[in-house]
Amino acid sequence: MFKKMKKLWQAIRQLSGDDAYERYLKHYAAYHAERGDAVNATPFLSREEFFKQWQDGKWKGIKRCC
Amino acid sequence: MNKNLKIIIWFAIALLGAFALSAIALNRGESINALWLITAAICIYAIAYRFYAAWIATKVLVIDETRATPAERLNNGRDYMPTNRWIVFGHHFAAIAGPGPLVGPTLAAQFGYLPGTLWILIGAVLGGAVQDMVTLFFSTRRNGRSLGQMARDEIGVIGGTAALIGTFMIMIILIAVLGLVVVNAMKHSPWATSTVAATIPIAMIVGIYMRNIRPGRVLEASAIGVVLLLFSVLAGGWIDHSETLRTLFDHEGLPLAYAIIVYGFAAAVLPVWLLLAPRDYLSTFMKLGTVLLLAIAIVILRPDIHMPALTQFTDGTGPIFGGKLFPFVFITIACGAISGFHALIASGTTPKLLANERDIRMIGYGAMLLESFVAIMAMIAATVLEPGIFFAINSPAGVVGKEAADAVAKISSWGYSVTVEQMNQLASDMGESSLFARTGGAPSLAVGMASIFGSAFGKHLLALWYHFAIMFEAIFILTTLDAGTRVGRFMLQDMLGNFNKKLGETSYMPSVIFTSALVVAGWGYFLYIGVIDPNGGVNILWPLFGIANQMLAAIALCVATGILVKSGKFKYAWVTGLPLAWLVTITTTAAYQKIFSDDIRVGFFAAANDLSNKLASGVLPADKAAVAPQLIFNQHLDAYLTMFFVAVLWVVLVDMMLICGRYLKGKSVLPLSEVPHIETQLEAAWVRD
Repeated sequence: MFKKMKKLWQAIRQLSGDDAYERYLKHYAAYHAERGDAVNATPFLSREEFFKQWQDGKWKGIKRCC
Repeated sequence: MNKNLKIIIWFAIALLGAFALSAIALNRGESINALWLITAAICIYAIAYRFYAAWIATKVLVIDETRATPAERLNNGRDYMPTNRWIVFGHHFAAIAGPGPLVGPTLAAQFGYLPGTLWILIGAVLGGAVQDMVTLFFSTRRNGRSLGQMARDEIGVIGGTAALIGTFMIMIILIAVLGLVVVNAMKHSPWATSTVAATIPIAMIVGIYMRNIRPGRVLEASAIGVVLLLFSVLAGGWIDHSETLRTLFDHEGLPLAYAIIVYGFAAAVLPVWLLLAPRDYLSTFMKLGTVLLLAIAIVILRPDIHMPALTQFTDGTGPIFGGKLFPFVFITIACGAISGFHALIASGTTPKLLANERDIRMIGYGAMLLESFVAIMAMIAATVLEPGIFFAINSPAGVVGKEAADAVAKISSWGYSVTVEQMNQLASDMGESSLFARTGGAPSLAVGMASIFGSAFGKHLLALWYHFAIMFEAIFILTTLDAGTRVGRFMLQDMLGNFNKKLGETSYMPSVIFTSALVVAGWGYFLYIGVIDPNGGVNILWPLFGIANQMLAAIALCVATGILVKSGKFKYAWVTGLPLAWLVTITTTAAYQKIFSDDIRVGFFAAANDLSNKLASGVLPADKAAVAPQLIFNQHLDAYLTMFFVAVLWVVLVDMMLICGRYLKGKSVLPLSEVPHIETQLEAAWVRD
C-alpha cells in the first residue's frame, strides 16, 4: 500500500514537472558518464536557470486543444 | 488467464453493451437512468479498445516493439525523452481535453439525448480515436514531425499549406466562440465575474511563486493556487451579497467582451511564466479533479434523464441553433467524437515522449476514449435537467423573446413545460439574478453539474457548486484562449518571417506586439459580433467552429490514408478512408446548407438578405437597426469563410487521391518519409511500467 502511494506520488510529480530538475540532473550525469567526460567538465544549470529554460521550452508550439 | 474464460468475459461485455445500447436507443416515453449511458459507453469503449484498436495496431500499422522511438534515438533530456506510458497518457490527455467536449454535447442536446450520444460513441471508436492513434503512429515514425510537415512531405506543398492555414483559422474561430461562452456565463453575474477575474491574479501569484520564490516547485505552487481558487468561489458569493461591491462586477456583455480582448492581448505579450504556464497548471488540476468528481457523483446519484430520446427539433427548427439533425449533430459535437485539433497534439509533443511503439494504442486510442467519456458526462449533465429548464437557459432572447413570460409561453408551447416561478426559484438557488437566455452551454452545464453535485454531496450548497462549475469552465477556457492566441502569434510570425526576417523573431518586441494584436483583432472581431447578435452568436460561431475542426480532422485523415496507400496497404485504407468519407460528407453538406439554405436560421446569405430587407423597409426597432449593417457584413463574411474551409478540404482530398492513383498505377510519388529501422536498446520495462 505504502509502495503504491509512493509510486502514485512519483507519477504526479513527474506529470506536473515537479521533479523535472532532478530528472535533468540524472540525465546530465548519465550522459556525461557515458561520454567519459570529467565530472563537471561542462557546468550544469542551477535549479532556477533550468526551470526557466524548461518552462519556456514547454510553451513553444501547440500544447492545448479545444 | 484461461482462454475460454477470457472469451466468456468479452462475450458478456459485448452482450451487456448491446443490451445497454438498445435500452437507451429503444426507450420511448418514460425516463431512463443515466447509468445506462455510462454502461453502454464503457462496454463499447472496452470492446473497441480490445479488438478494433488492437487489430489496427498489429495488422494495419504493424507496430514494431523492437524499433527505437524518436524519444530513445534523439533523447536530449527535455522534449525528446523516453517516458513512462502512464505519464505520457496523462500529458496527452491533459493536452487534448479542453472545453470542447463539454460545450458541444450540451448544445446538441436540443435534438434529444440519443443522436448526440450515438455520435459520441460511434464517432470516437471508429473516427476520432483512430485518427489520433494513426497520426501518433505516423508522426512517431517520422521523428515527431507535425501534421503540416507530414502533409507537405507525403502529399505535397498544397496539402502542407492547407493544413497550416486551416489550423490558424480554426484557432481564431475557436477562441472567439470560447470567449463568447465565458462572456455569456459572466453577463450580469457579479459572482461569476468576480470569481473569473480573481483567477488572473491567482495565476500570477502561482507563477511568481514557482519562478522566483521557490523555483521549480510546481506542486507546492499549484496546491496554493487551488486553495486560492476555491476561496475565490466563496469570496465571489460575499461580493455578490454586498450591495456596493456587486455593482463593480455587474456588467453587460460588451464591456466583458472588451475586457476579455484586452486580457487576451496581455496574455499573449506577457512572458509565459507569469500567466499562461501557472494558469495551465491550475486548469489541468481543476479539470481532472472536477471530471473525476462528476463521474463519482453520477455513479452515486444515478440520475434519471429527463430529456426525450428525440425532440421535434430534429427537423431543423431548434431554438439553440438552426439546422436538421443531419448533418448538424455531427458538426456541433466535434470534440468528444472526432476532433482535428487532436492531430496537432498527436503529431508534436506526444511522439517525442514515447518509450516504445507498443504504447501508441493506449495513448492515441485510449486517451480519445476518455475524452469521449467526458463528452458523455456532459451530455448527461445537460439532459438530467427538465427539458423546459434546459431550453429556457439555452434559447437566445432573439428566438423565444426577451420577457420571461414570453419565453416560458413559447417553450411551454413546444411541449416542455416551464414556469417563470420555476426559473426564478432556480436562479435564486444558483445565486444568479436570472437564468433566461444564458446561451453558450456553460451556464446550463453548470446548473446540471450543480444539481448532480448538490444531490450527491449536499443540496444547501447549490449556489456554491454552480459558481464552482462556472469557475472550472472559465479557467480552462481562458487557458485555451491564452495558449491559442500565443500559438496563433507564433504561426503568424513564422509566416511573416518569410517576407521580413525581423518580424519572424519570436523575441523581437515590436513584432510580438504587432502579431499578437493581429491575432487578437481576428478573434476579437468575431467575439464582438457574437455579443451584439440578438440571437446569441453561439448559433453562428459554433457551427463555423465545428466545420473548421472537422475540416482539420479530414486533412489529418487524408494524410493518414495517403500514407497507408503509399505503404502498399491499400486493402486497409478504409480504416481511415471510411471516417474520412463520412467527414467529407457531413462538412460539405453542412457547408452547403450554411451557404445556400433559404432558411434564415441556417443559411448565411438568406439571413443577410432577410435582415437587409427588414432594414430597408424600416420594420426593425432602433437598437436592432443600429447593429444590422454589421450583422449583415458578418453573415457574408461567415459564408465566404465556410466556402474557404470546404475548398481547402477538397483541394487536399483531391491532391491525396491523385497521389494514391499515381501510386496504384505504379507511377512515381513523393517517397515515404519514414525514418529507417533502428533496433531499440532500451530495456524498456523500467520506463514503461
